[in-house]
Amino acid sequence: MSGRAPALAVDPMLRDPATRIVVCCGSGGVGKTTTAAALALRAAEQGRQVVVLTIDPARRLAASMGLVELDNTPREVAGVDEAAGGRLDAMMLDMKRTFDEVVLAHASPERARAILANPFYQSLSSSFSGTQEYMAMEKLGQLRAEDRWDLIVVDTPPSRSALDFLDAPARLGSFLDGRFIRVLLGGARGGGRAYLKVLGAGFAAMTGALTKILGAQVLKDMRTFVVALDTMFGGFRERADATYQLLKTSGTAFLVVAAPERDALREAAYFVERLAAEQMPLAGLVLNRVHVSGAGSLSAERALAGAETLDEADDHPLTADLLRLHADRMRLVKREQRLLARFTAAHPRVAVADVPAQPGDVHDLHGLRVVGAALAEPA
Amino acid sequence: MARRDPDWDGVRLHVVTGKGGTGKTTVAAGLALALAGDGSRVLLVEVEGRQGIAQLFDVPPLPYEERKVAVGPGGGEVYALAVDAEAALLEYLDMFYRLGRAGRGLRRLGAIDFATTIAPGMRDVLLTGKLYEAVRRKPGRGRRYDTVVLDAPPTGRIGRFLGVNAEVVGLARVGPIRSQAQSIMKLLESPQTAVHVVSLLEEMPVQETCDAVAELSRAGLAVGAVVVNTVREPLLRARELTAVRKGLVDRGEVAAGLKAAGVRSGEAVVDALLAEAAEHAERVALEKTQRKTLAALGRPMYQLPLLPDGIDLGALYLLAERLCQQGAA
Repeated sequence: MSGRAPALAVDPMLRDPATRIVVCCGSGGVGKTTTAAALALRAAEQGRQVVVLTIDPARRLAASMGLVELDNTPREVAGVDEAAGGRLDAMMLDMKRTFDEVVLAHASPERARAILANPFYQSLSSSFSGTQEYMAMEKLGQLRAEDRWDLIVVDTPPSRSALDFLDAPARLGSFLDGRFIRVLLGGARGGGRAYLKVLGAGFAAMTGALTKILGAQVLKDMRTFVVALDTMFGGFRERADATYQLLKTSGTAFLVVAAPERDALREAAYFVERLAAEQMPLAGLVLNRVHVSGAGSLSAERALAGAETLDEADDHPLTADLLRLHADRMRLVKREQRLLARFTAAHPRVAVADVPAQPGDVHDLHGLRVVGAALAEPA
Repeated sequence: MARRDPDWDGVRLHVVTGKGGTGKTTVAAGLALALAGDGSRVLLVEVEGRQGIAQLFDVPPLPYEERKVAVGPGGGEVYALAVDAEAALLEYLDMFYRLGRAGRGLRRLGAIDFATTIAPGMRDVLLTGKLYEAVRRKPGRGRRYDTVVLDAPPTGRIGRFLGVNAEVVGLARVGPIRSQAQSIMKLLESPQTAVHVVSLLEEMPVQETCDAVAELSRAGLAVGAVVVNTVREPLLRARELTAVRKGLVDRGEVAAGLKAAGVRSGEAVVDALLAEAAEHAERVALEKTQRKTLAALGRPMYQLPLLPDGIDLGALYLLAERLCQQGAA
């Protein structure tokens, strides 16, 4: 089905002890979580010590992996075949809790209390979009540092751009280096005062404007928040940077997940280009929900012509319907092949693994094994 | 057939959400065209920076500016706007505080970055603020619209997106930001706003639709319609589906049929056709269950067909027509 695209060698990748992190990225609704879970299960059943970090799994899939408690720690998945000596742990990211833990671990108890109680912190940690990406990176770094597993499989947050998690450390860095924060800190940090001098009268207008826009209370809360976080932010940034660097090493394999649809493949092309630009190691494209037919040599046109013949003879109505159904399937198969061929023409070196469409959703280990086997099978 | 009264008389702001991959941008565009049908002027807004509207209408990427992208079937107009948080903030500062120069100063300081990226909730405040401005635009402040359609963030983030102003009210106890946030909340919670949820007849989108409907209702937002996208008609008759499901199809009969049809075939082709039929029957059965779940939500339900050749401008008009026929406009 994959045309001339090279086949993605899934099993060698999963078995290779040098592969330490697999990141599944892609746009929403293409089966990222299922792919991550299926790969993790397959690696575990081939003997590796695996942990899978999921962001937002479907309820029944989560339940099948024992992810009922949101306690933000990896739990062993029951029902995994451990004959090869592997095991599988799974966890679901709880972003607020991850953030709280960072605060508690890196600030003095008194300061931690002040931060946790600050209204800015509370909305930043629990409801503002973007925090999830920071926290996914943080958790990935933590899991890696724990060194309990030899393979970490990560699902990425369903953000407006699924590469937001890559941008998170840089954004955090630019914020910390930003002059705005120093102004807010009012010279508490080196350089702040110098800026005040340079800005002179302009600065007075500025704080006036800020107060006008935000209200004095907001500015005060924000300032308290920034001052309180100041000491620990540096550490957070260092770890996020380290995780970012880790993602660039050869021990990481990025998989771009897509479905054979125009929009999903366009997003996939964007991811592939972006990963290349960031020098992130791309392993290949996983194409989910690919339609196939056991009678690929019977074309849509021939099947429809046959159905018409039967209609005219007013005979074999069931066969006529079966032929129309097959014609429909073949049109879909051809359309998907055309879309993939277009992708491959633009990105000829990206290896592809495809997974045939299943009539129902995957919600148990058996279903994950089926997906894993399909991924590993040469296209 | 006489057209019945549209379901959303009095609604000025249509928010279209849905799980990622359900086609909410397409539905939002179709709805905008449908609403423009009778000569109205409609603004279609996107906020996720994906330029999905430009791609759908096959126009160059949209700048931060309202551009006409299509003419409705009855002479109405559809304008489109891709809202950018940074531009919205500068515009906001300029409009309310005449901060022309100071605005630039804020950018140099990194305050704009702070507002639009590091405090990402601020981003949603700005985006909903721009939306509010478009709906409540005063005479003399630019083109006015009868209706605004928002291609909103996906179901996973919609509650947070629309609820961000409640949070701001909690943070800012006084000041202009607080009153602005209160006005936006008032609009979003009024009968002038309807939040439509796009779904597919698949388990996860249906689950997310149910979750979103519950979340929106809890937040006091008016849930509009449930739009079932990419609906496929069963290609087998009911009794054929039953036969296929129960494995009662006579293989010899199918083989004979293929022969009569002039199709060269063997056991393998018969097997393949029956396998495809079995998958089809299983899917039809699953879809029936999912449809029941959606119907139980008790919201108006619109069905849009799967268009096998993909979505282009012609397809959008077709979807708009289907939405009109079902009472959406």
